[in-house]
This record gives sequence, structure tokens and C-alpha cells, in this order.
Amino acid sequence: MDGLTPRWRTSLIWAWTAVIVVFMYLPGLCLLLASLTSSRYFVFPINKWGVAWWEKTFSSLEIHQLFKTSITIALCVTVIAVVIALFGALAFARYDWKGRSIYQKIVLLPIFFPQSVLGLALLLWFNALGLTMSWQTAVFAHLVWIIPVCTLVISIQVYSFDPALEEAAFDLGATRWQVFKEVTLPVLFPGIFSGALFAFLLSWGNFPLSLYTTGADTTIPEYLYAKMVAGYTPGVPVLGTVSTVGAAALLLIGYGLILILRRRRASAPSDT
Amino acid sequence: MTTLGKIFGPGTRHAVPLIVFLLIGFAAPLLAVIGFSFIPARTFELWQSWSLDNYIEIFNSTSYLSFLWSLGLAAITVLILAIICYPIAYGLARVFGKYSTLVTLLFTIPLFVSENVRLYGWVLFFIKNGVLLGTLKAWFGIEPDSWLFTSGIIVFGMVYVYLPFMLFPMTLGVSMVPDQTRDAAFDLGATRWQVFKEVELPLSMPGIMIGFLLSFVLAVGAIAEAKVLGGQQIIPISHDIEIAFTYAQNWPLGAALAVLLMLVVGTLVLFVLRRFDLDAILGRR
Repeated sequence: MDGLTPRWRTSLIWAWTAVIVVFMYLPGLCLLLASLTSSRYFVFPINKWGVAWWEKTFSSLEIHQLFKTSITIALCVTVIAVVIALFGALAFARYDWKGRSIYQKIVLLPIFFPQSVLGLALLLWFNALGLTMSWQTAVFAHLVWIIPVCTLVISIQVYSFDPALEEAAFDLGATRWQVFKEVTLPVLFPGIFSGALFAFLLSWGNFPLSLYTTGADTTIPEYLYAKMVAGYTPGVPVLGTVSTVGAAALLLIGYGLILILRRRRASAPSDT
Repeated sequence: MTTLGKIFGPGTRHAVPLIVFLLIGFAAPLLAVIGFSFIPARTFELWQSWSLDNYIEIFNSTSYLSFLWSLGLAAITVLILAIICYPIAYGLARVFGKYSTLVTLLFTIPLFVSENVRLYGWVLFFIKNGVLLGTLKAWFGIEPDSWLFTSGIIVFGMVYVYLPFMLFPMTLGVSMVPDQTRDAAFDLGATRWQVFKEVELPLSMPGIMIGFLLSFVLAVGAIAEAKVLGGQQIIPISHDIEIAFTYAQNWPLGAALAVLLMLVVGTLVLFVLRRFDLDAILGRR
């Protein structure tokens, strides 16, 4: 290790990272390739290219219904998660209080928990309460795991938040609500935005929690799983590609928006 | 609101919604599982005579094999991940500079695609006549056996799925090492290896340990890898639990298995988390 000059080490680290990034995206590429064939079975190298399966998948009414269910769940989860997580994050990182250290660990517990077991535990619990499983119970199940993640994401922004800003506003005679609306929210907005993005995408892609708690409703990951187990159909790679590209696009757009926001803030510091 | 404000400080008040939610959505379901694990087999009514029969049945069955498989595969996965991730974490914290956000983003995107879809991509890669074997056959005329449905491929799948859960905490850990300490060690004549062993590794330990813990815990509960890639050759513990809940319609037995898994995971999490100050790990940004 001593023999390596810093320059060599840097290139090696870059190369290794590049290899692993390719590794992360290889299955996505395979899905894309498999979706672009017009034959019923996947044989590589592909001899008949085509987009027939894309057309078939997108004109299916069943798929439209799946999209609707998945998006409804993800949107409900996002709204509820962000509200609870925002207050949760202020307690996590902004205020000093007696139970904080224990509280921080309790918040982490659901993240450090196997999701398939969590899904079954929720199924038992809903059953004991006499609830019927539907997309509403799935929203609740997703929240158990997503609110803690969202709280962590927002907390990271809260750590860099200067409480003096709030105090200054109070000194100038602002009410509690005004301070929250005019100071706290705008300053924390990038964190809240990333939290919302995480919540939406994690709910959209979740399988283990949905599996046990959606009842008669079906989300896209559940549908894909059922199709995978039942045998091959090129509709699976099509939907898989759509969800991969969709997640990437949403994340890149979100990241771009945050960059623009930061630049605007940096160029107008007197505004706040 | 005002009387509430007098009793509790602002920190407690802000924590209330989240605490209440976790009581209903996390603590209560776990208690329900514990309750169900004591009722007679193949019944669905919580309030009846409780006994330890389900646990006795587990200890007399071969479920311990599933437990051992899950723990073993998770341990191997974590070790491989540590070796794969350390150089990248080091790069993200110290080498990539302004590109590190982009690289982080590249590792984040796959997290949002459900894991069985991504694992299915690997099936298409490894399957007979798939991307890898099809190419080998067409270009070189060789036809090796498919690597699918072995225990090796399950570890491969787990390494793939849990990589970000090791990488991100590790990166937080590595970025906690102050430059001055590192430089000071070099100035005092330490070799590169000594700096790594005596300075960088101990100081980034909190993040590394959290990465170990997170990826281990998630890997112990893994189920999709063995099902999608492993072709059910190996039955991990979560699969046993799922079978008890679905095909066997024996919820109490599944609940008892889940309780045992929760005990293993819970002990580990509490033991490791107790030792760390989360403010220092997360706040240092």
C-alpha cells in the first residue's frame, strides 16, 4: 500500500467506483434489453427487436388500475409522512430535551427491522383490530417504515439550522405560527423536499410491506412479483424498466430543483 | 395547548406525533405478534389459553437450519460488503469532491426500484440463453452451467441489494476523520498502513459499525434473494415465517418464529446503538 502514489490511489478508487456503479445498473440494463424484443421468450442475443410489448403493456386496463393504486398509496404516504416527520425531525435534531437520546434510537428501530416481518406483524395487528386489508391499511404499513426514514432525511437539514434565526424573529414580535411559516419552513425546505421525494419513491417501490397489507388491491411491485413467479412474460421487463427510469428521472429532476433553489438563495442573501 | 406547553418542553411536544404513531404502528403490532406466538397452533383468536407449545414445536423441528442459513449468509454478505464499500466510502468522503453528490445519487436511485424487480434483472443476466450465457454461446461457442439456483448467487444478490445500506453509513463514518489528525500522524512518520489502522479505522468506527448493523439486520430478514435467484434451494428464516403464515395457515407458529428473529435482531440493534452518539454521526455535515 505504501508503494502507491496518491495519484495512483485516486485513479484506483475512481475505477473501482465506476465498476460498482456499472454493477448496480447491470440488472436494469438487462430488463431494458428483455423488454425490447418482440418474441414471447427471452433469448439473447436478441434477434427480433420490437416495442410490441410496450404497447401491449400500456394499453392494458389492468396496468392502468395498478398505476392508480400505487400512485394513490405513494401520495397519501408522502403527505402524512412529511408532516409527522417534520415535527419528529425538529425533536430529533433541533431541541435539547431530556429523552432525546432514547427518542433518536427509538425512531431508528423500524428502519433496523426486517420489512417482511414488519409486514406480517402489521397484518396480525390489523386482523386483531378487525380491519379489512385494502390500500388504506397499506398506506399505514408503509408509514411505519417511511416516517422514520423521512425523519432522518429532514434531521440532516435541521442539524445545519441556526436556532438564532427563529429567536431573532420572535424578538421582532412575530407569533409562533409566523415564525414557523416565514422562518423555519423556508429554511428547512430543501430537507423537507428531499424527505418528500424519499417518501414517495420508497412507497412506490415497496414490496414486502404491501404484500401482506394491501388485501384485494394490488400495487405494481406486487403484480410484478406475481408475474415473475407464475412464469415469464415480457410485460415484466417493460414495467421494471418503467419503474427504474421513472425513479431515476424523478430523483434527477428533484436534485436539479434543489440545486436551482440553492443557487438562487446564494445569489440573494439579503432576501432573508 | 398552553397547559401542555407548561408541562412539556418544545422538544417533547414535537416528538409526540411520531411517538404516538410508532406506539400504534410499531410497538402494538410487535406485541400482537408476541401474543399470537403463545396461542394454540392453527387458531386465529388472540384471547384464549396461552402456552409455550409453538416454541416447543420449533425446537423440535428443523427451523434452526433456516436460522443458521440466514445468519451465515448475512455474515458473509456483510464481510464482502465491507471490502467492496470501503474504497468507495473513502472516495465519497475525500476524493470525489464536487462529484460526490452525483456519485451518491447514482447509488441512491436503485434503492427506489423494488428489490425483486432488480433481482429479476439478474435472473435475465444469468439465466440459460440470457445476457451472459447467450453472449458466451454466440461469441465463443461455450456453454457453461447457469450460476442460478446456488447458495453463491444468493450471497451475490444480497450483496447487490444491501450495498447502499453499508455504503452510506460508512461514508458518514469516514468523513468524521479530521484531516489534521491524519496529517499529524503522517508528520510523525506513520506509514500509510499505520495511519489506516491507527487513525482512520478507529475514528470512522461509529459509521462503519452502523453500516455493519444495518446491512446485517436487513440481510438476516432477506427473503427475495433466495426466492428469485436461489430458486428456493435454500429456505431462509423469513421464508419459513412466510410459509407458516400463508400455505400452512399456522399463524401462531409463524408468530413464534418471528419472535425468535426479533429477539436476535433486537438484541443486536440495542447492543450496538446504545454505544453511539447519533448527533456526532449525523450532525457532522
